[in-house]
Amino acid sequence: MSLSPEEVKKIAYLARLSIQEENIEQYSQDLSSIFGLVEQMNAAATDAIEPMAHPQDAMQRLRDDVVTETNQREKLLANAPLKEDGLFLVPKVLD
Amino acid sequence: MITKTLAELSAGLNAGDFSSVELTQYFLDRISKYDGDLNSFITVTEEQALSGAKNADEQIAAGSAGVLTGIPIAYKDLFCTDGIRTTCASKMLDNFIAPYNATAVEKLTEAGMPMLGKTNMDEFAMGSSNENSYYGAVKNPWDLERVPGGSSGGSAAAVCAKLAPVALGTDTGGSIRQPASLTGITGIKPTYGRVSRFGMIAYASSLDQGGVFGASAEDCALVLGAMSGFDSKDSTSVDRDVPDFSANLNDSLQGLKIGVPKEFLGEGLDSNIAKVIEEALDEYKKLGAEIVEISLPNTHLAIPSYYVIAPAEASSNLSRFDGVRYGYRCDDPKDLTDMYMRSRGEGFGTEVKRRIMTGTYALSAGYYDAYYLKAQKIRRLISNDFKQAFEQVDVIMGPVSPETAFKIGEKTDDPISMYLADIYTLSLNLAGLPGMSIPAGEVNNMPVGLQIIGNYFEEGKMLNIAHQYQQVTDYHKRTPIQFGGEK
Repeated sequence: MSLSPEEVKKIAYLARLSIQEENIEQYSQDLSSIFGLVEQMNAAATDAIEPMAHPQDAMQRLRDDVVTETNQREKLLANAPLKEDGLFLVPKVLD
Repeated sequence: MITKTLAELSAGLNAGDFSSVELTQYFLDRISKYDGDLNSFITVTEEQALSGAKNADEQIAAGSAGVLTGIPIAYKDLFCTDGIRTTCASKMLDNFIAPYNATAVEKLTEAGMPMLGKTNMDEFAMGSSNENSYYGAVKNPWDLERVPGGSSGGSAAAVCAKLAPVALGTDTGGSIRQPASLTGITGIKPTYGRVSRFGMIAYASSLDQGGVFGASAEDCALVLGAMSGFDSKDSTSVDRDVPDFSANLNDSLQGLKIGVPKEFLGEGLDSNIAKVIEEALDEYKKLGAEIVEISLPNTHLAIPSYYVIAPAEASSNLSRFDGVRYGYRCDDPKDLTDMYMRSRGEGFGTEVKRRIMTGTYALSAGYYDAYYLKAQKIRRLISNDFKQAFEQVDVIMGPVSPETAFKIGEKTDDPISMYLADIYTLSLNLAGLPGMSIPAGEVNNMPVGLQIIGNYFEEGKMLNIAHQYQQVTDYHKRTPIQFGGEK
């Protein structure tokens, strides 16, 4: 299994990670080794096996659709890198 | 003070031999004296520690104290602590002030435990050496040139050097058991779902589980009991009664059947470690246990399936770090995409980026069945291995790590070799089983842990098994000389 530098750039874009050009080759080698390791899974026969998502096979619990959270707007906004008038600020999206 | 058990500290507090403020100050002083060498804390919360201790002293005076009231504790820096910086050892969260308490923190605060601070770790809990921290590597108290293990390396080093009597960690693939083994202390990861994940910053949600580091099984039992239990805020929390984990510590082990997986004692294990494990098993025979060889035939598939499931879940969980609502944002983004990419590229360290990309690729269009689904099927095979084993035996034992603590920097150029060292710990997380590490000996003056694997929700029995061993051995009482111990 080998991931080319081009594929690494594509994955980095999908993951929204900027990677320095000089590090692409290293990531390409590392990811290739990781998927080389992962491919050991192919030797296992799993056709009749049910995938396991939760260790106790528990179902997702549901709760009544009622408001339970209290308003903590100021506290939650306090961590925002950029804010104005109670809103999160981001770079211009529409012209 | 550093040789006292939690029960003895509690007795001292209630008898008025010392106050919680004095006890807490004692540990704060040790942190300021020793942590320059160890780097086990990211944030020391002196003010909160002393105000918590003052409250505890009032409760003790009023006669409303519990057994943990007044005993200080440290938290791995991925447990959210209301109003206090919670970094996950990442530049991404360097300035993040948690807006609420994790449920485990909330429960232990209610139990009266003052918080000493937040401990160092591998960034976002990704690593087995604690070298992947934005705040620098943690040192092993037994040899400052060596790693303490990871990812909960700060909590382990702090408890080992007696900078805190107990500390919390989390375990996604061995991150409590491996550092406990490498620093010679006791660490327990309970059954998945036993401790609420609410407020624990997520790495791989179907594997993450909070747990405890302490000097002994007896100490861990008290803290684990206080932090466990159903929580409606965690969708995978298990609604099940929490027994008194201290109640059966003194039960006899006569007739106990211990399974030893042959796959855990084969190729790749340091022969000196194998010898330590065999001696520990001999000790258990003297306590009346019977040793049975068992097989966990899919053990070799644990590493490949873990390194799909954990990165896949991480790539999803860590997508929340977008530079908008909290965390690091790059300077002068030219548009929204540039802001996402550079904030994440600059905010995350190398190992985190490696795992996010691994997970992103595994989940990308056309690959889901080949990787994630296949890994989940293997997860069931591994879980079935354990189910069959527990039909024959009461508990499973083996090594925690194939080697003792390695030198800082020794493996940084080869991430895969670090992944391979998780061979004995990962399969429990995949199956959701509880596991612990107790100190069982030394190789070249570095500690070696014995792993104890219990069936689902049998933490009490595991703690009993560990406690009985600690009644006839003294490995858990050893503290490095330079931190005030005798050895």
